[in-house]
Amino acid sequence: MSFLELTEPWGKPAKNVFFPTSSDVQQNAAPVISRTTQPIVTGASVIALKFADGVMIAADNLASYGSLARFFDVERLTKVGNNTIVGIGGDVSDYQHLQRILEDLEIKESNYGDGYALQPSHIHEYLSRVFYARRNKMDPYWNQAIVAGVDGSQKEPFVAFADLRGNTYTAPAIATGFAIHLALPLMRKVTDDDRWKTLSKERARATIDDCIRVLYYRDGRSLNKFSVATITADGIDFQTNQSVSSEWAFAEKQYGYGTQEV
Amino acid sequence: MSSIGTGYDLGLFFSPDGRLFQAEYAYKAVENGSTCIGIKCQDGVILALEKIVISKLLKPRANPRIGSVGRHIGIATTGFIPDGKHIVKRARDEANSWRDNYGSAVPGPVMADRLGNYVQLFTCYSSVRPFGVMSFVAAYDDLGPHLYMIEPNGVYWGYNGISAGKGRQIARNELEKLDFSTLKMKDAVKEAARIIYATHDEEHNKEHEIEMTWVGEETNGIHTAVPDDLLQEAEAYARRTVEGGEDEDVPMNE
Repeated sequence: MSFLELTEPWGKPAKNVFFPTSSDVQQNAAPVISRTTQPIVTGASVIALKFADGVMIAADNLASYGSLARFFDVERLTKVGNNTIVGIGGDVSDYQHLQRILEDLEIKESNYGDGYALQPSHIHEYLSRVFYARRNKMDPYWNQAIVAGVDGSQKEPFVAFADLRGNTYTAPAIATGFAIHLALPLMRKVTDDDRWKTLSKERARATIDDCIRVLYYRDGRSLNKFSVATITADGIDFQTNQSVSSEWAFAEKQYGYGTQEV
Repeated sequence: MSSIGTGYDLGLFFSPDGRLFQAEYAYKAVENGSTCIGIKCQDGVILALEKIVISKLLKPRANPRIGSVGRHIGIATTGFIPDGKHIVKRARDEANSWRDNYGSAVPGPVMADRLGNYVQLFTCYSSVRPFGVMSFVAAYDDLGPHLYMIEPNGVYWGYNGISAGKGRQIARNELEKLDFSTLKMKDAVKEAARIIYATHDEEHNKEHEIEMTWVGEETNGIHTAVPDDLLQEAEAYARRTVEGGEDEDVPMNE
């Protein structure tokens, strides 16, 4: 009995075992596409405002897994270039990917060695194009970002927003997520009508602390542990492990929901 | 052995005694390139390159030939300038790919190996020509400083000091005198300038310019150009030692 007769019942071998073309390999199958359909691990708000000498940006260190406060030490502010901080909320895996993209950009630009430095406005433009390109593929990076820094040779304060749809805008005070509702009104009190041009660093910091405090009181996805970056013409002051005080003494006088006396 | 292989040097195939003449001819292209040296010292690596100023119309300190790859690697090439640019581009692609896959900066030895393999590929097919450059890879990473030189046939070794281009022989003699185990980066910069000046004799009438970069503890592990003031200090030292006809073994800090 020949070898072929012996092995026939097992089926014919593929013509080329290294690059199989037999019928059991589906040819020209549509590629499997998986998209970001929803954020999973999420960071909450980012807030930023301009003041007289520069800008201040803050974000807490929490990454939630749904309603579970899952990771307590996530840094959501990222330094890019010499005088820019990017603060990102939304899906954390997408944020980590954006960090890589921004680091690639930083390295690529520094490799030219031509003396030109990446400015906040460049980084914001680039980031917003990345967002928009991905939303056009129906596969967005599920994030909202604030780019803050001092821009150009004049070191002008720069704060701008970019999000998963490619939306962009700038304002003296910008917030993402829940802080749009809770923190923005507080920040606008001190920045509107060009008031930010006379706003001191200390008052700016007090406003940031107030905003974080209000967020911690009323946003179930926030944390009383946060980072603040202050960017001025002198450089970046990056403060981590910050916290704010809270007031609960009044709670002792609260009884029931209307009729209860004690 | 004859250095011309009649009929066997027309493509990338072996001669009867097992040589690849096309790959060997590539060395001849480099031999005329500008002098380039690398020094690995205790705490970092120095790359230095002599650039002949062929015209007054050239902008000083422009047209750099030493490229940065990632943050911590520098690549200097001598020989065919465009081939050098190609090598640097390839190195950047390799560094990116490593970072994408492993999330860390590519180690110096890996970079040298990747580039060595790449250069060697161009000695395998008749449809391509070998690279006409010697490539110096200077890196500083977790394992300390690294210096490699990749030759046109893909061979690469790690070195304490190495030179290529026109003045390579004089430079090599000078490099052999250095004590690499105690040499610090700032002193190595001076020595590098001195060695470049020492090799310059053969074309004394032409103006030249030194391009020098470094990476190591002095630069926080970042590959960057040697600062102007330090470079000028080093060139002044080099001029004193070489043109003043002083003994070359004078102490480094005068």
